[in-house]
Amino acid sequence: MASAQSGTLYRGREGMWSWVAHRISGMLIFLFLLVHVLDTALVRVSPEAYNEVIGHYKTVVFGLGEVGLVGAILFHALNGLRLILVDFWSQGPQRQRSMFWGVVIVWVVLMAGFLPRHLMHMFGA
Amino acid sequence: MSTTSIPDPSTRYRRTAQRGINSEMLSWLFMRASGMLLVILVFGHLFVNLWLGEGVKGIDFAFVGGKWASPFWQVWDLLMLWLGLLHGGNGVRTIINDYARGDRLRMILKGLLYFAVIVTIILGTLVIFTFDPCPVGAEPSLLPSFCEG
Repeated sequence: MASAQSGTLYRGREGMWSWVAHRISGMLIFLFLLVHVLDTALVRVSPEAYNEVIGHYKTVVFGLGEVGLVGAILFHALNGLRLILVDFWSQGPQRQRSMFWGVVIVWVVLMAGFLPRHLMHMFGA
Repeated sequence: MSTTSIPDPSTRYRRTAQRGINSEMLSWLFMRASGMLLVILVFGHLFVNLWLGEGVKGIDFAFVGGKWASPFWQVWDLLMLWLGLLHGGNGVRTIINDYARGDRLRMILKGLLYFAVIVTIILGTLVIFTFDPCPVGAEPSLLPSFCEG
């Protein structure tokens, strides 16, 4: 039974905060996507122009930004799959909370795989 | 106007508005269908561009030229472009509907959004299909290796 203490599916606790994080990560990814299509479009200008602009992605500041971007994408993707299960799987609504923690665990595992590899690429180890 | 009444949260949820097939239901369905495809497309994109080889350090004109020489990656990126922008644009449309309360502001924001989505889709599509990996007169060391000769 829903109550102010336990919250409902979309109010309070994991249900609501995953929804908030889904919106924020989605907005962020969309804005990056617009910029990313524009920077890729520079291949039509000249190899020099493209290499010049894409070179910024290899700097330390952008490299750390890429960690945030990949983190946002992974969360949005995993939580999106959880949402699909909430909507289409008969057990989904009852299990949404444990599925949220499943999302967190898979996210941590994937980030733990990506982060060292990305830092090695960036700092040339 | 009487004051807005908020229903008792313990009453059972009743569906009152639209039923059957309608545009908001199709939009809801599209988000889930495109979302599943995008998980595959974007994870593959990140794996090939950021994980394999030298990662982000390996990305330059020659790298893009090498990828788009193959119709496989052209179709991959085209699908990612269209689905990503439609999925993202539809998500932002929902956010605007939720938070922009004035009719005028909502119209302006959605106008800007649709403009940005349409321009970006057209630009990206043209780039994928009109891209020349070996432009005439370009510095040969910047081009993919298959441009020689």
